Amino acid sequence: MTTPLIEARDIRVTFDIRRASDLPWTEPPKLRAVNGVSFKLEQGKTLGIVGESGCGKSTLARALIRMLPAEGEVLWEGKTDLLTLSPRQMLKYRSDIQMIFQDPLASLDPRMTVGEIIAEPLRTHRPKMGRAARKEKVREMMEKVGLLPNQINRYPHEFSGGQCQRIGIARALVVEPKLLICDEPVSALDVSIQAQVIALLEDLRRDLGLTIIFIAHDLSVVRHVCDEVMVLYLGQMMEAGATEKLFTEPQHPYTQALLSAVPIPDPEVERNKTLIALEGDLPSPLNPPSGCPLRTRCPRASEICASKPPTEEVAGRQVFCHHPGPAAEVQAVLAES
Amino acid sequence: MALLDVKDLNVRFETPEGEIHAVNGVSFALEKGEALGIVGESGSGKSQLSFSILGLLAANGKASGSVEFEGREILNLSERELNKIRADRIAMVFQDPMTALNPYMRISDQMAEVLMLHKGLSKRDAVAEAAHMLDLVKIPDAKNRVRLFPHEFSGGMRQRVMIAMALLCKPDVLIADEPTTALDVTVQAQIMDLLGELRRELGMATVLITHDLGVVAGFCERAIVMYGGQVMEQSPVDPLFANPTHPYTRGLLGALPRLDAGNAMTPIRGNPPNMTGAPKGCPFCPRCDFAEEICAQDMPALTQFSEGRARACHRSIETIEEAAA
Repeated sequence: MTTPLIEARDIRVTFDIRRASDLPWTEPPKLRAVNGVSFKLEQGKTLGIVGESGCGKSTLARALIRMLPAEGEVLWEGKTDLLTLSPRQMLKYRSDIQMIFQDPLASLDPRMTVGEIIAEPLRTHRPKMGRAARKEKVREMMEKVGLLPNQINRYPHEFSGGQCQRIGIARALVVEPKLLICDEPVSALDVSIQAQVIALLEDLRRDLGLTIIFIAHDLSVVRHVCDEVMVLYLGQMMEAGATEKLFTEPQHPYTQALLSAVPIPDPEVERNKTLIALEGDLPSPLNPPSGCPLRTRCPRASEICASKPPTEEVAGRQVFCHHPGPAAEVQAVLAES
Repeated sequence: MALLDVKDLNVRFETPEGEIHAVNGVSFALEKGEALGIVGESGSGKSQLSFSILGLLAANGKASGSVEFEGREILNLSERELNKIRADRIAMVFQDPMTALNPYMRISDQMAEVLMLHKGLSKRDAVAEAAHMLDLVKIPDAKNRVRLFPHEFSGGMRQRVMIAMALLCKPDVLIADEPTTALDVTVQAQIMDLLGELRRELGMATVLITHDLGVVAGFCERAIVMYGGQVMEQSPVDPLFANPTHPYTRGLLGALPRLDAGNAMTPIRGNPPNMTGAPKGCPFCPRCDFAEEICAQDMPALTQFSEGRARACHRSIETIEEAAA
């Protein structure tokens, strides 16, 4: 078996929530945003991280690249633990891991031209590169992502959302990273533009042999893009495995609830489908339920769910549930294809 | 007679960069109790269309044309007259429940205000009615929670409050402008379920404005597809999804990822249209695979081609279907 490009072991991110009313010597309440997440990702594969808002998917990505302090281990190419490196040592790996963000316009400096934006990572990571070579590289990159070379001196506000996302992609890829982390890269875009950006990412992945971590809340997009998927809820893993398996035969009640809620653009299917509803609201992450985090809303919850966190059931994938199994309602819809 | 009859509606905005033509000659009719979807991407004019009906355009916006509600012209009525219709006969649910609710007022006060104004109820009766309405939209412990402030609710619960507030006067028409866009899928499914249930129970006509074709498929009986401020196609939902006849509708459905099938997610090339200045030709022309010379010159008229279905395209259905085959 090949060594994975990146392997995360038991990642935990905890925030201290200090309120104005707290006294300075009291211990602040702890919010566990990511709670014991592990995964392996091989070179050239795409991992999707899905879940609803507040499930910790963006926090996890930020922890991997040390934008946030985290516990656990992040093994790069099987040897270096990124979480133990000093900032100076980390710099070497930063050009190997690049990121693109959700809001295409907000993630670009409005006072820099497109050329300057795309050249900036080169200035940082390839300081020895000459001016002419850098400009050449920027032009080449712009062409690759479908921007016109004569747009090099324009400013971000002169572009539409989809084009801004192309600029963001060019900036990330100009230093030839091995791993690209995409945090909701298409959620702010219109359907017709969303498909353009996805097509571009797929092309680039094929041409450059990129490994991608794709964070999204849109399950339909994830199904199209990812080889593997991980479902998070309240900072914990619910189910993880190969995309096809997970989408056609989900075993975890949370995955099933998520899938049953996705609207399908077919009136016939929509009218006949049954929703697997989760009871009530998301519990406060400051005070998560004991045992399995889903138990307060889960249709299958029993006594054991409250006392013991579920251990992984291996059926070709990881299912963190005491009562895993298929659900007829979802199966009926997914079998339509 | 249709409940709401919109004819040749135009919305323009004066800006320093020039006149924005947000909505251009849109006509449609809404029958009693019907669920109509208005679908389009950002900038298609779908929201401005609904704002203009209730006189909610920004100060630099101007609407022209005709909007008849129960046979009476309501476009550009005075504030005074409009306030009699707003909330009472035609109510609206907005996209972002946090900015649409007043953060300084208790839910009870905000809701009671509507009933005291339109129905002349006493404060006590109005609050009781408000609590009853919260119960109807399935907010647990409604009696006590009616006293809370908006920030004490989650996003999904806040949207339920918005819906409850819109339904207080049992309106004849509910306009929901992207009611679930800010919500998670599981919450979205619950809210759409709730809206469908309430619509059937109260028999109110609903206009659902959205960019999500999946939501339209589940909720609406009929849909209008808009692009660049104009209607591209209008049809009952079943044939619209099974046999879309307009290149834009076809493109949109092809670009949509589907959970239940491995379709290709084919992009529509090009960028969204610039809405400044008077439109010339079909707005979709620069991105259309079937465009001919005439498409850049003349906007095709919306023409009925079968029972209840109409399209605005110069190219025939046969040409488009042949090319796809």
